[in-house]
Amino acid sequence: MFYREAGDFSTTYSQDSQTFPIKFDRYRYYVVLAVAFLVVPFFINDYWANAVFVPFLIYAIAAIGLNILTGYCGQVSLGTGGFMAVGAYACYKLMTGFPDVSIVIHVLLSGGITAAVVTLFGLPSLRIKGFYLAVATLAAQFFLVWLFNKVSWFYNYSASGQISAPERSVFGVIVTGPNTEAWAKYLICLVFVTFCAIVARNLTRGSVGRKWMAIRDMDIAAEIIGVNPMAAKLTAFMVSGFFVGIAGALFFAVYLGAAEANDSFGIDKSFLVLFMVIIGGLGSIFGSFAGAAFMVLLPVLLKNVLVGGLGWPTDLAAHLQFIISGSLIIIFLIMEPHGLAQLWRLAKEKLRLWPFPH
Amino acid sequence: MKLLSMTVAAVMAASPVMADLVFPSLSYRTGPYAANGIPFADGYEDYFTLLNERDGGIGGVPVRVIECETGYNAEKGIECYEATKGEGALVYQPLSTATTYQMIPKATADGIPVHSMGYGRTSAKNGAVFSNIFNYPANYWDGASHAINHILDVNGGDISGKKIALVYHNSAYGKEPIRTLEELSKKHGYELMPVAVDHPGQEQKSQWLQIRQQRPDYVLMWGWGVMNQVAIQEAANIRYNMENFIGIWWSGSENDVLPAGAGADGYKALTFHNIGRDYPLYDDLQKYVVDAGKAAGAGDQVGTVLYNRGMYAAMLAAEAAKTAQELSGNADITPAEMRAGMEALEMTEAKMAALGLPNFGPEFKVSCENHGGNGLGAVKQWDASAGEWSLITGYEASDQDVIGPLVEEDSAAFAAESGITPSC
Amino acid sequence: MPDQLLFAMEVTLNGLMAGVLYALVALGFVLIFKASGIFNYAQGVMALFAALTLVGIMDGQVPFAHLINAVFGTDIHHFGWHVPALLAIFLTMVVMVALAWAVQRFIFRHLVNQEPILLFMATIGLAFVMEGVGDIMWGADIKKLDVGLPQGINEWIDITTFEAFGYGFFIDNLDISATIVAIILVAALIAFSQYTKQGRALRAVADDHQAALSVGISLNFIWILVWSIAGFVALVAGIMWGAKSGVQFSLSLIALKALPVLMLGGFTSIPGAIIGGLIIGVGEKLFEFLIGPMVGGATENWFAYVLALLFLVFRPQGLFGEKIIERV
Repeated sequence: MFYREAGDFSTTYSQDSQTFPIKFDRYRYYVVLAVAFLVVPFFINDYWANAVFVPFLIYAIAAIGLNILTGYCGQVSLGTGGFMAVGAYACYKLMTGFPDVSIVIHVLLSGGITAAVVTLFGLPSLRIKGFYLAVATLAAQFFLVWLFNKVSWFYNYSASGQISAPERSVFGVIVTGPNTEAWAKYLICLVFVTFCAIVARNLTRGSVGRKWMAIRDMDIAAEIIGVNPMAAKLTAFMVSGFFVGIAGALFFAVYLGAAEANDSFGIDKSFLVLFMVIIGGLGSIFGSFAGAAFMVLLPVLLKNVLVGGLGWPTDLAAHLQFIISGSLIIIFLIMEPHGLAQLWRLAKEKLRLWPFPH
Repeated sequence: MKLLSMTVAAVMAASPVMADLVFPSLSYRTGPYAANGIPFADGYEDYFTLLNERDGGIGGVPVRVIECETGYNAEKGIECYEATKGEGALVYQPLSTATTYQMIPKATADGIPVHSMGYGRTSAKNGAVFSNIFNYPANYWDGASHAINHILDVNGGDISGKKIALVYHNSAYGKEPIRTLEELSKKHGYELMPVAVDHPGQEQKSQWLQIRQQRPDYVLMWGWGVMNQVAIQEAANIRYNMENFIGIWWSGSENDVLPAGAGADGYKALTFHNIGRDYPLYDDLQKYVVDAGKAAGAGDQVGTVLYNRGMYAAMLAAEAAKTAQELSGNADITPAEMRAGMEALEMTEAKMAALGLPNFGPEFKVSCENHGGNGLGAVKQWDASAGEWSLITGYEASDQDVIGPLVEEDSAAFAAESGITPSC
Repeated sequence: MPDQLLFAMEVTLNGLMAGVLYALVALGFVLIFKASGIFNYAQGVMALFAALTLVGIMDGQVPFAHLINAVFGTDIHHFGWHVPALLAIFLTMVVMVALAWAVQRFIFRHLVNQEPILLFMATIGLAFVMEGVGDIMWGADIKKLDVGLPQGINEWIDITTFEAFGYGFFIDNLDISATIVAIILVAALIAFSQYTKQGRALRAVADDHQAALSVGISLNFIWILVWSIAGFVALVAGIMWGAKSGVQFSLSLIALKALPVLMLGGFTSIPGAIIGGLIIGVGEKLFEFLIGPMVGGATENWFAYVLALLFLVFRPQGLFGEKIIERV
């Protein structure tokens, strides 16, 4: 009944190739956007923004970035935390170096800088692959974190090596620093997420994306049909780095406000984002959002239920939280290895036929 | 999402509406630093439990401790801050330098005081710039100076030409004393040899080989977590003279020395509060809290170094709350009144004796300009055969001639960076 | 001899010893990867779990004491007995075998034929679960592990080298025992895989799953066996590392030390793990000694990875990895 193509005729090529060819899907997408932009900002408070929405949006950008690399191009990366640190420190240096330039430009530039760094660390992918590459990206993770900790130029020679975001505004609204309103934080992240998702979606369904997928599915075959593996892999690293860099910059400037390389961008970040991509579904933009939502909400939910709802001691709750999230991840991998995106696809399929399944 | 909002609603509904004083405890009972986080959190909570059970709270208003698990992670710490500040939290004690740094701007904007006792940003001592941040009774730069002073004492006041190594945790926390030690080395003419250990510090062979080869006369340590145990073990392995090995107060708990066994005998550490459980207050604690089965955690930490520190932190918070109640005339104080109370806090020997903790900490007085107290600290030493620490010096002053200008300089930089006009 | 050279020699020797400890962790990875293609990130947590269980059994701790006390309001902590080290090691091994069975039965049986990355993710999930279970079972405080291994400077080497060079070398007795244990362990593993029926079956499975199945080898049994052996290796690694720092959560992070060893030695080669461990150990210690002071030290965390990475760029299959003839 829903998601029916019947009666939905395309009369032009642009209609035929739009992102959401099914009318229902398209309207749903507009409704989601409208709610996100026009309704949520009026109801959001500090706790919801900081505990749920802002991290969800920022991680969604990082997950899209990693999904392009891992899900679309098949190159497993465990360096996401370090790459986010590049974005964060680039953003800090730009913010303090050029205080008059808009923060939006700084964030985009940080993405660009990160893209360059990530491409550099992507070079070994031309020689090695699989788990060897995954472990090789760990070299980037540890080296970058050490570098940002050690070279005091990166943190403007402050005594402790912490970086903290100065106050900046967009159109007169403060978006970074301690005096930011919850809705402003939320909206700036939302704008970036929307931008990134649209860019990513269009890249992945275009010729670049098809080249990535060809490399992922079988690199030798891809080469034979004329895909240049070097170009395809390096563009994947570059685009991925751009998104991850934006996520890192926002994570530092808007969400945390202050950061330290080892504490905020350690290896657990890399694993967290990889989890989001896997749980959400490899090779799916929607999956990146679903995975980010799952991994952000799960601990908040468990904490509230176990400590707040049941009144357990916090340490038992924290241990149980480990056990429960670990088990959920395993169960998830067993039940639906293709992630939340696959569930969503199945649901759509069911809805299309409903209520007449035959 | 729906389930979550239901849960939140349930939590809101469950919390009592009557007046209470909220002291959040950002603890870490999990993760790599749990062994250090547990005793502190237990001590912090037990003291407030004692006040509730024995005195019915502070000034007649019951105390509510909200515990929130951070895992020693700044991000989770901030999440805890956001989750608990709405409950009317009076003061935050993040027990993590990284979290403190991130909390400074947020808490200042929200008007909630932060007490980073012996950690965090040292220049927060300058209350004119850091209006809401307190770090009494002593800070890292005081600690660095205490250690050097102790070495000076041992050497009859002359340490020129000596070589002093600093083994430090390669993080915001570990890097804090370097500036002060450099300044002090100019003054006293010793040679500083910084040796970094990366998180977590499980493997320190190269660092200690370096120390064995370079033979520094003294080794200072700014460590935390597993780094402490490994460092002390390695020092014992290379037969470094433990008498010449001095740790900061965060590298001086039973946890740190016990795994090295007899090898740790003679190891020294700094402290800004007394040790053991030989105080009248502990009798009350035993009676009202432990025996009543209300002790936090497993209840097996009473009297350990970090437990005492947690209790000391709670005691200072409670005293500040009492001061705030006197100042404002309200029993149910607000965070702003709490801030004023902390700024007017004065700890005297008479006050501590009345609390059942005679000579437990140094005497100090907080003022608007000085949020850091007098910076008094003592040195303690580990006796492995008896299995206990003992103080070997009294509470002594740090070298304010060196530290004062550094505090000025760093806080001025912060003020300029974040557009604060220092005022008192 | 000049001092610097002597120092460098001492650092190299200690690097070799540290390399043995890294290799001990890496061995566990290799065993599982070879037999089942699973990149077992939980190996580090297994070492923690094994060491926690060992100490818990030795000290007669009540498992889940904190949970029981919290739920039932009781106050129990210890059984009040002390188990001798050897018996405790045996009992811990029983626990590890049970764990191997559970892992196989409840997780990897359901994930047969999935992509390697999913299996890897599942082991991270497993690591979370085991961290939580380990902490709830035995508590999160630091425990002293003492199975009677000597520790501290080796006097004989110190004195001999002092007489020969005028500078006594420092070698930790614990490292020497670790080396001996590692040699015995590897010899036993090789003997097992060469001369026993199960060992041959193990090698057959590593070569080709389907062929092994078709000649009547039970994959299920082999996988439980290999997880048990990995559990034993984890226990040995846990004892060695635990003796250094006390048994605590950070023990699980030693897995990160083993990954560059794996890259270098190849995921599928036992000698590779040993040689790789030695190269990484010496490499990172020498780098810290020679270059570290110039760049501010604390280079060990990343240098091992960079070393392995550079090596891989020139020899993608690792030191002894199976050569896959394929141009990318």
